[in-house]
Amino acid sequence: MADSISLEAREISKRYGSVQANERVDLRLAPGEVHALLGENGAGKTTLSKILYGFTRPDSGEILCNGTPASLHSPKDARALGIGMVFQNFMLIPAFSVAENIALFLTDLSPVLRKGKIEGRIQRLAERFGLRVDPGAPVRQLSIGDQQKVEILKLLLARARVLILDEPTKVLAPHEVEELFRVFAALKADGYAILFITHKLREVLACADRITVMRQGRVAGRLARGQADAGTLISMMFGDQGVGARAGTADPVRSASGPTRATALLELSGAGARAAGTEPALTSIHLRICAGEIVGVAGVSGSGQKELGDLILGLRPLAAGRKLLQGVDASAWSVRRVRDSGVAFVPEDCLGMAAVPGMSVRENLVLGTGRRYWKGVSVDWPSLEARMTGSFQALDFPIPRLAMPAGGLSGGNLQRVVVAREMAHQPRLVVALYPTRGLDVRSALSVRDLLRKVRDLDGGVLLISEDLEELAEMSDRLLVMYGGTIVGEFARGAWTAEQVGHLMTGWKEATDVRR
Amino acid sequence: MSAPLALGVLAGAVLSGTSLLYATLGETIVERGGIVNLGLEGILLVGASVGFALAASTGSAWLGLVGAALAGGLANLLFGWLVVSRKANQLASGLAMMFFGIGVSALVGGPFVGAVIKGLPKWRPSFLAALPWVKATTLFNYDILIWLAVPVALLVWWALFKTRWGLGLRAVGESPAAAFAAGRDPSVIQYQGLFAGGVLGGLAGAHLSLSLTLTWAEGMTAGRGFIAIALVIFSKWHPLRAIVGALVFGGAEALQLELQARGADVSPFLLDMIPYVLTLLVLLAWGGARRLAAPAGLGRTFYGSD
Amino acid sequence: MSGDRRSAARRIPPAVLNAGRYGGIVIIVLAVFGGILLAAGKNPIKAYADTFTYTLANAYGFSELLVRMTPILLTAVAVAIPSRLGLINVGGEGQFYLGAWLASAGALGFPHLPAWVLLPILTLLGFIGGALWAAIPGILRARKLVNETISTLLLNYVAPLIVSYFIFGPWRSPESSAYPQSPAFPATARLPSFFNTRIHAGLLIALAALLLYWFLMEKTRWGLQMRSIGGNQEASQRLGIPVAAWIVIALAIGGGMAGLAGMGEVSGIHGRLRQGLSPGYGFTGFLISWLAGGRPLGILFMAFVFAIITSAGDILQITQGLPYSVINILLALLLFVFVARRPAQRIAR
Repeated sequence: MADSISLEAREISKRYGSVQANERVDLRLAPGEVHALLGENGAGKTTLSKILYGFTRPDSGEILCNGTPASLHSPKDARALGIGMVFQNFMLIPAFSVAENIALFLTDLSPVLRKGKIEGRIQRLAERFGLRVDPGAPVRQLSIGDQQKVEILKLLLARARVLILDEPTKVLAPHEVEELFRVFAALKADGYAILFITHKLREVLACADRITVMRQGRVAGRLARGQADAGTLISMMFGDQGVGARAGTADPVRSASGPTRATALLELSGAGARAAGTEPALTSIHLRICAGEIVGVAGVSGSGQKELGDLILGLRPLAAGRKLLQGVDASAWSVRRVRDSGVAFVPEDCLGMAAVPGMSVRENLVLGTGRRYWKGVSVDWPSLEARMTGSFQALDFPIPRLAMPAGGLSGGNLQRVVVAREMAHQPRLVVALYPTRGLDVRSALSVRDLLRKVRDLDGGVLLISEDLEELAEMSDRLLVMYGGTIVGEFARGAWTAEQVGHLMTGWKEATDVRR
Repeated sequence: MSAPLALGVLAGAVLSGTSLLYATLGETIVERGGIVNLGLEGILLVGASVGFALAASTGSAWLGLVGAALAGGLANLLFGWLVVSRKANQLASGLAMMFFGIGVSALVGGPFVGAVIKGLPKWRPSFLAALPWVKATTLFNYDILIWLAVPVALLVWWALFKTRWGLGLRAVGESPAAAFAAGRDPSVIQYQGLFAGGVLGGLAGAHLSLSLTLTWAEGMTAGRGFIAIALVIFSKWHPLRAIVGALVFGGAEALQLELQARGADVSPFLLDMIPYVLTLLVLLAWGGARRLAAPAGLGRTFYGSD
Repeated sequence: MSGDRRSAARRIPPAVLNAGRYGGIVIIVLAVFGGILLAAGKNPIKAYADTFTYTLANAYGFSELLVRMTPILLTAVAVAIPSRLGLINVGGEGQFYLGAWLASAGALGFPHLPAWVLLPILTLLGFIGGALWAAIPGILRARKLVNETISTLLLNYVAPLIVSYFIFGPWRSPESSAYPQSPAFPATARLPSFFNTRIHAGLLIALAALLLYWFLMEKTRWGLQMRSIGGNQEASQRLGIPVAAWIVIALAIGGGMAGLAGMGEVSGIHGRLRQGLSPGYGFTGFLISWLAGGRPLGILFMAFVFAIITSAGDILQITQGLPYSVINILLALLLFVFVARRPAQRIAR
């Protein structure tokens, strides 16, 4: 049997700009165990794994391999030490067969390919660890679960002894997850060390031997499986923020009348969308946003929020169900028609999704306004500028130089431009995805005030956010998404971080789910 | 279709399809590596002119053949320098190579226009020569390039799919990032593919001047380079299917000539359209499936970014 | 505003940068050509002098420059317009022939119409011919069936065959049996020429097209949408711009421009439909548009440069016995140098 390897990270710290991604993190990985690295988005798990694989160098701290300090300058060094990593984005060639993909990565490949020999080696390892795949199958025909097996086989055949898997179950079906855990068990028994990075509680409790929980860059707790239960882990992951409790206090700015039930600005009944590429499918979405309310959506990224936004926008066709905008069936409306009807969008990636970097700010401002400023063959620039300047002022945003190329703005400034543009025409419904991400405190407050104002003026807001505090403060109702569907709904003040955390991480049996 | 017509078309298809096949095989190798050479026409012309010039000045068609192959390889390396090392736009560079090939070939071949050469020798196995229906045609009376055409196609197939080098080349064509992650050097591999492709392109051109026509004239390849590019797509980047494709496209040309010789009333131009329209229809029919057949790395250049 | 990216390089006014870019090209062209001439045993100075004498210094020579520029201005715009959406149109050749063909149909079909009615009709037909030929690849691309690069390339070869079919068949002129061509167009179908030269009204059409291109792109809301698609297709879709429709429209308009070039050549120069009307105008247009970065003034300048170079080829063939093929090498080397000087140059601006 090959030598076992133990890997240790000591006092690892890494800072990216103003964010301390890792702060004095310790982690010990012993052979023959599955070690789970658990935490929310942004907790620092991926940073740590990249450091362990030699992708990034830590600012301070060291990595020890079998007790001796190891200097990892690149993944090549890591591979030489026997460390292998399976990323969320597979490095596979879809058009090649399984065997060809694995052969490509073998270091001892013969000049004339011996298909039989390679396939034999693959079969032997596959049998041993339950990684059964057809070596001749083209990778693009494989399910994601099987593709993942190929990635693992690649590592095994390259003689890795430590396997780091970053969110491996993110795109797997439940039975594929079970299969993966069986593979872990087989590998574990053979002395492999497995670092399993995830945010999903149930899986951690199902397969991990030891658990390290991270929160905001630090290690929040270390447990052996025997000591761990859902409650303990959740409080380590999210901390006792008392978030739910705060949500119970009255929102002073809120208007007293409450949502007017009669006019639903947006209604999705039984809506569904097909999966596309790595984006999950949406299933049975029932959603109602009425005038005068802010509906928040919590969920780990990748649970279908982006797809929901695209569905409402009209970019994604409905595969099932109906979409109604202000009572009218808008299921087949073009994007332009949806926007013209008074729906505003603030996407998560403004530079990629809402702006044209090569064009000026002024031109970007007019692009999102449909036909409003068309005049003759050209554009009524003065009216546009007047209206937009007014919008910036109303938001208390600094006014950018309109002639400058949008690509020259910083991320935050560009987002302000997009928000100002979207808000300029008193939209009735605002769909905002992570609108305050990356903004400084003042601007974030201003955006939140604005969304509240939209609500107070009888508009509706769909706020998708990863910030539970923000959601607590803003949401009149809170929905939780997981796996492409809505798994929970709460009224204001009627939820705690723990409950929502359960649902966000896939724990189906939430203790208190109200509809 | 009557038997003599069919035989005539088949014989003609083999003759004109051979240079098409070599050109297609060469471009297939190059495109498998993720590069499109729109200037293939120029490479063919370089091969034809250099081959003819060498044959005319030294009296040896063999020397011409070798020279044509080398010239084609070098020309493709020049193209490689532009698109691999300088990362230039492949389409514009390819068109530049077309101009280059037209110009250089005219310069090289100019002094030899009208020269008479002894072309490549032809052989016909005696047992086939005895057959009466064969004797009257050009069937099986072939020069070495024609005899080697199918073996070369098999060799290219073997190299692409059965060797470590071929695996690396195809990986580069699919995903340079994955190839790099696997420890390969995409640039080196692409240069190697370009040289091999250029050699075959040079041979394709040489076949025209050293065997088919035994002359040199400016622009004598008459768009064969572009037909070969269409053929590569038509044969889904597969060397063995290219054989069929070359026969079909060569056959269309031969059919046109045969029909004209027989005074048939079909417009030769309509027949000439067949290869292009056919390719377009085939592409249409595949629709999304076509994306699966093309090396993924060709995407950005040739197939847009969707 | 804090955080905005600025660099010293961006402070250089674009006009100066462009002048440097084009000036550089000219210098390199002159140097390289001089090198080739020396290698061929000719005198570069005399060659330049001859070229100057017979093109710029000579009225007729200069007029021939303008004649040469006319079709390539249009085929360059044919490439430039789609390029602003990020589309690649290498089908200028085919679109040229289709425009010539449809215009010829009009010229031969309406012999009794007066010129002031017929010529606008022919212009329209030329545009429509090219536009239809480019709309096919446009639709295929918009429906994500076939990429426009390959479909426009393939259609390049079908169009001249259509022309040949008609010349050898239904439109075969009874007079010249050795050299097939259509009958001569009536005088009413001929674009007027000026100053006793071969310059014809097609030049005005070409310049108008260039002006229209500039105006469309920079000053209209349609140009705004097209540039937006070229700048960020996904964002444009999300903002409600009908991307698929614009893809077809842009390619159709581009094709129409090349079609106008075809119409200009048959009506203004040849006076009939024949084979081999285009010595690669479509490809030349592609290179001009690409070298000029799609900029209208750049297109004008590069078309002029190409016209001088090709004229030089003819002139030097006569005065210095230089084979015309040298011009092709010169063009190639010019492109090599340009391409190699600037790594990763893109077509669209």
